[in-house]
Amino acid sequence: MKRNTAAKVAVASAGAMLLAACGQGGPGADSGAISDDSIVLAVLNDQSGVYKDLSGPNSVKAVEMAIADFKEEHGDDAVTDNIEVVSADHQNEPDVANTKAQELYDRENADVILDVPTSSAALAVANQAKTKKKLFLNVGAATTELTGAQCNKYTFHWAYDTYMLANGTGTAVTEGGGKNWQIIYPDYAFGQDMEKSFTAAVEGAGGSVDGSIATPFPNDNFATFLTKAAAKDPDVIGTMQAGGDLINLVKQFNEGGYADRGISLAVGLMFITDIHSLGVEQFAGTQFTEAWYWNMDDEARAWADRFLEETGTRPSFAHAANYSAALQYLEAVQRAETDESDAVVEELEGLQAEDVFLRNGEVRAEDHRVIHDAYLAKVKSPDEVEEDWDYEEIVATIPAADAFRPVEESGCEM
Amino acid sequence: MNEVLQYTIQGLAAGSFYALSALGLAIIFGVLGVVNFAHGACYMLGAVVAAVLLDTVGLGFWPALLVVPLIMFAFGVLIERTLVRWLLALDPLYNFLLTFGLTLLLVDLVKRRYGVSGLPYERPDVLRGQIELGALRLPTYQVFVFVFSLLVCVLVWMLMTRTRIGMIVRASTERSDLAQALGINVGRWVTPVFGFGIALAGLAGVLAAPFRAITADMGSNFIIILFAVVVIGGLGSILGAVVAGFLVGLVEAFGQAYAPTFAQILIFVLMAVVVLVRPAGLFGREETAR
Repeated sequence: MKRNTAAKVAVASAGAMLLAACGQGGPGADSGAISDDSIVLAVLNDQSGVYKDLSGPNSVKAVEMAIADFKEEHGDDAVTDNIEVVSADHQNEPDVANTKAQELYDRENADVILDVPTSSAALAVANQAKTKKKLFLNVGAATTELTGAQCNKYTFHWAYDTYMLANGTGTAVTEGGGKNWQIIYPDYAFGQDMEKSFTAAVEGAGGSVDGSIATPFPNDNFATFLTKAAAKDPDVIGTMQAGGDLINLVKQFNEGGYADRGISLAVGLMFITDIHSLGVEQFAGTQFTEAWYWNMDDEARAWADRFLEETGTRPSFAHAANYSAALQYLEAVQRAETDESDAVVEELEGLQAEDVFLRNGEVRAEDHRVIHDAYLAKVKSPDEVEEDWDYEEIVATIPAADAFRPVEESGCEM
Repeated sequence: MNEVLQYTIQGLAAGSFYALSALGLAIIFGVLGVVNFAHGACYMLGAVVAAVLLDTVGLGFWPALLVVPLIMFAFGVLIERTLVRWLLALDPLYNFLLTFGLTLLLVDLVKRRYGVSGLPYERPDVLRGQIELGALRLPTYQVFVFVFSLLVCVLVWMLMTRTRIGMIVRASTERSDLAQALGINVGRWVTPVFGFGIALAGLAGVLAAPFRAITADMGSNFIIILFAVVVIGGLGSILGAVVAGFLVGLVEAFGQAYAPTFAQILIFVLMAVVVLVRPAGLFGREETAR
């Protein structure tokens, strides 16, 4: 028994010495195990366009908060003191994202790229991550391709995806009695993906999708599409529009008085910034799937208060998820004692984590999908709102294991 | 049948925004010879100003219908006096570029100040709900937008045809050299006409506020369709702008209903056909086409 323990200690210390030796002697390591003696986190997202408010510059602030918390926690024991954030604007264009990702990895010595909304842009960055063997923790994009056919060793998908949204909202609304659906979706990759996922979820829950209408993108006039969908007398009209298009559609849905005819509206993807810009009244009662909500418990609220102080506004789930991704990345570097990509990937794979964003979080090793509890949320009615940004009520928690696409279905081969 | 009527009113409501804005664009082009690319941005500003006034001083929808166009008129006067006027003597391309630059500037300023997600706006209670005529249900607000816009268009038409001011403006539009020779001070009318055109775009913006997403980008797509409207109607033709505005709205609505994938292309197909058959537009005269 004793000998056994002693042997273990010996092996462990030998291993540690070996690791340390590798770190010191490794190529490109000029001082210790941290490349260029600093950790560079790059936030690549929409700094000026339609997704600016829901992530944008405030996600850079969220990452800075993560760095501050990391330094405070580890103090002098931190693997390095030298941690910085750089950011770039990809304008939601895949080719811009591609060039910026190269620049960030090569010229700015970024060790990890965070965020990257817009699916096509995210897939371009994932490809760069694979080529350059540097990390990419995606937060802002929705496509399941990142953890599906186009997955790779260096790409992780942190917050949400189309499967999670469809599975949450589609299943809950159908089981709640909305059996016959009409789906209106924007005719590009995200919309088409959402339409497929929702159809599968609705049918899986015993409902049926009787018709789907593809719309131009962007578009400001949905009145006719709504009339056309409503003519089939569905229980539910599901909209996969996002951002400004979603607001146009909801305004026109309310204008048309469809709710009085017993047709309810289900929204595929909605951010708290959408509710803020349209006003609670227009959205009241709408159910949707949330990855996180700032006022869902004390821990989230405390963090949201700090965020409010830093930015003057309340966080969306994307802000919290960027914080979480940055923090877990730094912790992984701390444990690995190096920012060398393969070692950090190894630390992240299979990691079970709890933080302000991740509840029952786990980084799935097989496809790099980060699973965590998701929520079915409902927009409050105006008289239930108690303070600014107090727009949502969490109706149900969807356990991490059920919220995301099962590993078997992912089709990911790394 | 019910659906067809629904599509019709939806098309006419959407067409109202086009008609009012195109009317402003046509008047400005007529008198100044300026193709105002910033017209979409002015439509956006109208909606944004209405939303901001509602939020800050509680100015409701009804007063906004008057106050916002007045503010936009002042804004138009300012733009004309400080910028547009200095380029009038040069090739029209210069003012086209100037107003294009102005668009970029205005859109980015609004983004910087009010973000990109848009601003909330509530319509007055009277305009909520539906008008029910037997089995037929029409959204009250869309009916209102159409009737109100049509009324404004008729008023502008009367102003142009029945009053001395209108006569002078029309004379300046058609033969500004002759009008000047007859002792009319054409230059005096340039500034108010520009302001008036901008005010019409602002009015369209206020009308759109309860019905559309109020974002900095709301004018970007709008201006492209607006140019199609003006080309179809005939550059500088007041009647043409109004008729083409409603026509394009209808084409859009029925296109979306029966051939959704072609809805947006249809407008430009219509434009191409009109230009082929009548190069000066439906109501334009050959000489204005030049």
